[in-house]
Amino acid sequence: MEDIGNNVIKIEQVELLPVIMEKKNDDWRLAQICCAFRDGHYEVSYSFAKGYELTNYRLIVGKDETVASISRVYKSAILYENEMRELFGLGVEHIKVDYHDKLYRIDAETPFMEKEGE
Amino acid sequence: MKTMHKSPWLLHYDGSSCNGCDIEVLACTTPVYDVERFGVVNTGNPMHADIFLVTGGINSQNEDVVKQIYSQMPDPKVVLAVGTCACTGGVFKECYNIKGGVDTVIPVDIYVPGCAARPESIIDGVVKAVSLFQRKHEEEEKKKNGRHRK
Amino acid sequence: MANRSVVPFGPQHPVLPEPIHLDLVMEDETVIEAVPSIGYVHRGLESLVKKKDFNEMVYVTERICGICSFMHGMGYCSAVEKIMNVEVPRRADYLRTIWSEMSRLHSHLLWLGLLADAFGFEALFMQSWRLREKILDMFEISTGGRVIFSVNKIGGVLKDMPKDMLKSFVAILNDMEKELSETTSVFLNEYTVRSRLEGVGIITKEDAIRRGAVGPMMRASGIEVDMRKTGYAAYSDLDFEVITSDKCDSLARCQVRIGELFQSIAIIRQAVDKIPEGEISVPVKGNPDGECFMRLEQPRGEAFYYVRANGTKFLDRMRVRTPTFANIPAMLQTLQGAQFADVPLLILTIDPCISCTER
Repeated sequence: MEDIGNNVIKIEQVELLPVIMEKKNDDWRLAQICCAFRDGHYEVSYSFAKGYELTNYRLIVGKDETVASISRVYKSAILYENEMRELFGLGVEHIKVDYHDKLYRIDAETPFMEKEGE
Repeated sequence: MKTMHKSPWLLHYDGSSCNGCDIEVLACTTPVYDVERFGVVNTGNPMHADIFLVTGGINSQNEDVVKQIYSQMPDPKVVLAVGTCACTGGVFKECYNIKGGVDTVIPVDIYVPGCAARPESIIDGVVKAVSLFQRKHEEEEKKKNGRHRK
Repeated sequence: MANRSVVPFGPQHPVLPEPIHLDLVMEDETVIEAVPSIGYVHRGLESLVKKKDFNEMVYVTERICGICSFMHGMGYCSAVEKIMNVEVPRRADYLRTIWSEMSRLHSHLLWLGLLADAFGFEALFMQSWRLREKILDMFEISTGGRVIFSVNKIGGVLKDMPKDMLKSFVAILNDMEKELSETTSVFLNEYTVRSRLEGVGIITKEDAIRRGAVGPMMRASGIEVDMRKTGYAAYSDLDFEVITSDKCDSLARCQVRIGELFQSIAIIRQAVDKIPEGEISVPVKGNPDGECFMRLEQPRGEAFYYVRANGTKFLDRMRVRTPTFANIPAMLQTLQGAQFADVPLLILTIDPCISCTER
C-alpha cells in the first residue's frame, strides 16, 4: 500500500479483497469504480465514502491480466464492473450478475480501447 | 373519421437526447405554453398517435424501438424531429454509439433545430405538423373515394 | 405456488419521459425481481475527450443532462481548475452557487410534477410545472438559455448578474414561496397523495449504505450527508442545515425534496446578500496535467467527476458517476416485493435521470 498523493492509495492485486472487506465492515459506501487506460495498462480506481470522507484506491492491471470482482461484497459494484468490461475490455472475474458485455448493448467493441490505438 | 384530422394525437419518444429537449416538450404541454390548445393531445400509445415527436439522436439500441413505434402508428402519420440531435446527431455526432439524426432510420417530415429547442419553435413545429397531417389526411380520403367510384 | 410471469416495462412508457427497460418478474400482482436493461440513451460521450479539447468539453459535459446541465458543467470546470491550480474569483463562486440553487429548484419542481403525474394527479402536475416556468424565466433573463446555459468556463463564468437583476430574482422567489407552500402542502397533507406514498418503497439506513444510495434517497433514510457541506463554490460562507428524515419511505423522499426547495430559496437570499463585487473570471493558460476527483451535490445527489490530464489539450480520461447510476441498486431493492401498480411511482422516487446515467 502506498500513498501516491491526490487522496489516492495504490494497492496490489492481493490487497484488494482485504481492503474492500475492511471498508465494508467499517460501513463505508462504494462511491464509484472508474477505469482508465494509459501507457499500456489499466488503472482501476475504487472510491469509498463515509460521511464527508473520501478514500480512493488505485489498482494497476496489466493489459492481459484480470481483476477479481468485488460485487459479492458490494452488490452495487455490479453496474460499474460490467461497464468496465464492456467499454474497456478489462477482465473482471465472477461478477455476481453478469451481463456478458450486454449492459449498454453497443455495436462497437471496447470503444475506449480503440481510441488509444489511433 | 371525418373530424379526426382536426385533433391529431401526439406521441413523444426520447431517443438518446440529453433530456433538455424532452423537458421542453413536456413544458409545452403545461399551462404557460399549452400546445394542446391547437387540438393535439399527448398520448402514450403508438396505436392512437398521428404525430410522432422524436427528440435525441439514434443509437444502435433505440433504432429498433423507433422503427417499431413508427410501424405501429396508423397511416397517415407525421414525424417531427425536435432538437439538433434529432436533426443531425448534434454535439454527440462523433460519439461511437450515435448513428445520427432520426432520418437515418425513419422518414422525417419536419425538423425543429435548437439546442435545446425552444418551446416557441416546438409549438411552431407542432402547428406545421398539424396542417401537414390534415393535408395528408385529405389526400388519403381522396384516394379512398376515387377507389370507391371505380 | 402462484405462476410467475415476466412483464416488460418500458422503454416507451407513458409515465417515463425517458427510456429505461425493466423486466419485472411477477407473482400475481407482486414483483419478485426487477432486472434492468439500460443502453437506450448511451452515447459514449466520455470518449469525446479524444476528439474535443478540454475547453470544448465544457459544452459536452453540459449536455450530459438537460436538467442538471449547469452543475455538470460546473463539476467538470471545478475539477480542471483544481488540476491547473486556478483560483476562481469569489464573485464567480457566488454566481455559480446561485445558478446551482436555481437548478435545484427547477429540478425538484420538475420531479414533484412527474411524481404527481405518476399517481394520476394531473392538476398538481400542471401546478408544479407552472411554478417551474418562473425559475426558467429567471434563467432566461440571466443566461439566455432555458435548459442549457453554457455560462461556465474554466476559470470562472461567462456572464454576470447585475445587482438589480439579483434583487428582482429575490423578489420573484419571495412571491413564489407562498404559492410553493400551497402546492407542496397538497403533497404532504392530502390523504389521497399520502395513501400512495406512505410506507411504500422502504429503504433502511443500512440498506442505503450497502447499496450506495446518494442524495435525497440517502437523506430520507436518515443519513446526514450533503456534499454542499464540503464547502465547494461559495457554500462554505453560507448557512444551511442538512435536511433529513428517518421514515425511509417514498413520502420521506418527497418531504426531503420539498424541504430543499425552501432551503434553496433561503440559500439564494443569503448569497445575494453576501455576493462580493469583482471579476467573474480569470484567464487560464497552458494545459492541465494531473488528476482530480471532484464531488458535488446535484439535485439528485452526489455526482462524482474524475478528470485525468496528461499535459496536452486532450484529456486522458473524463468520467462522471451520476447520482442516478448510484441509486439504481437501491431502486431495484424497493421494487422487490412491491405491488405492480406502485412500480412507476417507485421508479420515480429516486428521481431517475437516464441520460445522466448512461452518458
